[in-house]
Amino acid sequence: MLPEVDPSVVEPAGVIAPAEPGMPAGRRASTSPWATVWRAIRHSPSGLVGLAILAVLILIALLAPELAPYGVNTQVGTRLAPPSGAHLLGLDDGGYDIVSLLMQGLRVSLLVGFAAALVASGVGATVGVVAGYFGSATDATLMRITDYFLVIPTLPLMISVADIWGPSLFHVILVIGVLSWTMTALVVRAQARTIKERVYVKRQRSLGASHRWIVSRHVLPQLVPLIVANTVLNISYAIFLETALAFLGLGDPTRVSLGTMIEHAFLASAISQGAWWAIVPPGVLVAVIILACTLFGRAIEDAFNPRLRAAHLGARSFTRVRVPDGSR
Amino acid sequence: MRRSDYLLKRTLQALVTCFVAVTFNFLLFRALPGSVVSNLSRVPNATPALKEALTREFGLDHSLWSQYGSYLVQLTHVNLGVSYQNSRPVIDNLIADLGNTIPMVTLGTLISIVLGIVTGAVAAWRRGTQLENWAVAPALAFYAMPAQWLGMMFIVLFSAYLPTGGMVDNFLINPTPVQHIEDLLRHMILPSLTLGLVLYGQYTLIVRSSMLETLSEDYILTAKAVGFSKPRILARYAFRNAMLPVVSVVALSLGFIVGGAILVETVFNWPGIGLAVYQAVLYRDYPMLQGAFLVLTLSVIFFNLVADLLYFRLDPRIR
Repeated sequence: MLPEVDPSVVEPAGVIAPAEPGMPAGRRASTSPWATVWRAIRHSPSGLVGLAILAVLILIALLAPELAPYGVNTQVGTRLAPPSGAHLLGLDDGGYDIVSLLMQGLRVSLLVGFAAALVASGVGATVGVVAGYFGSATDATLMRITDYFLVIPTLPLMISVADIWGPSLFHVILVIGVLSWTMTALVVRAQARTIKERVYVKRQRSLGASHRWIVSRHVLPQLVPLIVANTVLNISYAIFLETALAFLGLGDPTRVSLGTMIEHAFLASAISQGAWWAIVPPGVLVAVIILACTLFGRAIEDAFNPRLRAAHLGARSFTRVRVPDGSR
Repeated sequence: MRRSDYLLKRTLQALVTCFVAVTFNFLLFRALPGSVVSNLSRVPNATPALKEALTREFGLDHSLWSQYGSYLVQLTHVNLGVSYQNSRPVIDNLIADLGNTIPMVTLGTLISIVLGIVTGAVAAWRRGTQLENWAVAPALAFYAMPAQWLGMMFIVLFSAYLPTGGMVDNFLINPTPVQHIEDLLRHMILPSLTLGLVLYGQYTLIVRSSMLETLSEDYILTAKAVGFSKPRILARYAFRNAMLPVVSVVALSLGFIVGGAILVETVFNWPGIGLAVYQAVLYRDYPMLQGAFLVLTLSVIFFNLVADLLYFRLDPRIR
């Protein structure tokens, strides 16, 4: 006899449980995370547009060293020279080619975005699953900590920590990652709680399945789309924060990112000289990345949350906000 | 739950969070790498005697617990230390900075709320039409722009017509009160507009989805069946319920806006608390940074409390 059997969950012998709607679809359809995500956004035009833009940008970023017409460390003309045939977007305040800088900056900004989002989603998903699945005191403790992280004014703290640690790309990634996991944790926790209560999970428990088995076979696979959606939204958040930190002089001074390009344009009197070509492109590129991430991330989220479907660009997860619905 | 119970419970929670914030604030600035004294003295080859004198003066020879104790005691006396930059009490600096930030942020928030509600309501009302796209697309576009960049664009575009830096015109000698206020407002337009535009996108989406949800309720169908006109249904029956989540979201984001104004204040050289944080980092002014950080955290906790209590007051369903 198994010790953990909960009598209310035991089915009469011989009764085969009907499949639950939320259950993974078995062997017929692929359950790999990417296949699930793809099925989710296949029918969403905005999601596909976002994905396409992201793919193109990632490709450019990966091929930046080959694609860039000039090196980012070679001065190729007079400072703030206007656009010309040889330099499509002109030169910046150091006499560097802006198109080449943009490609390199895209590379660094996307790296920061992806790496920081992975850290944030990793921490957030772990906290969320542990709190949601185990509940009780673990949940209460973790939620108290999350509550505190929610009220920290993120940007000022990041500035303090980035300043204390010193400017480097690794620190920027770490600071952003470690301070932006709360939203993921809250969303994942809520979902983990509902999965844990489903009958087939309880039956597995009563049959003696270990926590590790249930979490890895039933809880995590169903959370994947949610975590992916949150990661994509975290990427845009991280890229935003990178530009902010760089703008305040806390980025890595040895690397070109979209954030440092905006900073340079601000400091180097590009404004007073009317050198729009040094100011406009990095900002537009950031906006395009953020839009692409937002469209893609929300498309996944919408597909997996039927309650959001009526409100296509719903409120949830757009702001880092907790509505007091008593379900803390 | 009874109202007084809820109020008490929520306020106690906020107080606990405040206490954690204060403790964290203390620890964060004690966990700096490098000796605090060498940061303080900032003399490359300070003599051991000077270092020792500084250590004693700042009480750094005491244990962490007794330092924490005196930090708490000084906090109850509203003593946040002395700024390295101008040798004035940090609290005086912060009060002056907050006084400058609040009007600018208030105008910016008002702009964002009005824009957000109007575009969101239009988008929900005209769902599936071209008008919806025209309301949502700019909201998303502004949402995706870095605030500092949008501010720079505004400086480029409007520098001929509006002041682009600072709070007052230094060449305005002995202005009358009316002139002074007019001058202030002119300086406020661009920073507030920048803040308003980068913030309103999220409100648009929230208002829109909230309106859509409300419009699909049965009582709205009933109102249609009764034969009320569409504007009346929208204004009298849908709008008020749809505003519930919006009120709470706006109250919550207020706390963050004060801290989030760092970028806008830096671009426009607006002498508020955001610029103070920036300059404190620049000059390694740790007491100022610590003080600003505490004030910002406390303001977020306060607005969270306000948001929860407002929601409790407005929405009888959660009682």
